[in-house]
Amino acid sequence: MIQRLTGSLVFQTEALVLRAERQRLIASNIANADTPGYVSRDFNFASALRDATSGRNAGSGDAARPRRAPELRYATPSQTNLDGNTVDMDRERAAFADNAVKYESTLRFINGSVRTMLDAMKSHNQG
Amino acid sequence: MSMFRIFDVSGSAVSAQSQRLNTVASNLANADTVAGPDGKAYKARQVVFQTVLMGNAGSPDGAAGVRVSTVTEDQSAGRRIHDPKHPSADAEGYVTYSNVNTVEEMVNMISASRSYQNNIEVMNTARSLLLKTLQMGQG
Repeated sequence: MIQRLTGSLVFQTEALVLRAERQRLIASNIANADTPGYVSRDFNFASALRDATSGRNAGSGDAARPRRAPELRYATPSQTNLDGNTVDMDRERAAFADNAVKYESTLRFINGSVRTMLDAMKSHNQG
Repeated sequence: MSMFRIFDVSGSAVSAQSQRLNTVASNLANADTVAGPDGKAYKARQVVFQTVLMGNAGSPDGAAGVRVSTVTEDQSAGRRIHDPKHPSADAEGYVTYSNVNTVEEMVNMISASRSYQNNIEVMNTARSLLLKTLQMGQG
């Protein structure tokens, strides 16, 4: 019974962890915008999330299982640079803002499920 | 929690960019310096950035910071201007100035300050996300 309650929570937790991972990766790209030879990296969020949630029964509680790191891909530069740096600041800024909003929405989903669960636990006369 | 690493990453970038701004400032300050008695004028300095992998030793976790690996000196010859009345003029009447290119330095300054701002913004976003994460489940 409790597994059915926490199932969505487990999924959102995975998503949140991956969002944090991606946020850090984009921060690394922005930090290295002026480093010669640095190659911009990112990962496919959808396939990473599918990877993280497949092989795991939602809510089975084996959160201690070691997590496989998402597969990092190199960005293809839209405009080549003489120093070999492939960070496209416009793309990175957009990805950073997008990821920040989605991180926050995942947080809200988690808060929503927690609130739903707490409401369900309250007895009828507690208001 | 991997988000905490953002402060290390962006912090290293901010410090590297501020070092770049520092060299730009010293180059601009010395733009009109003339050669001393040794005949050597100020040489423009440039920082060279390098990526540093952060995280546990042996298994870098994708976070990549920046550091200044070296500060190079521009070895090109300085400007030579004919001014026999100048106290630092050589036997032929030429004064050697520093080899700082003011326009290049101004462009460098703008680029450094933009990158600095970008990294500060990244830190602010990460900070507000982490603060919201702290309040998870509180309603």
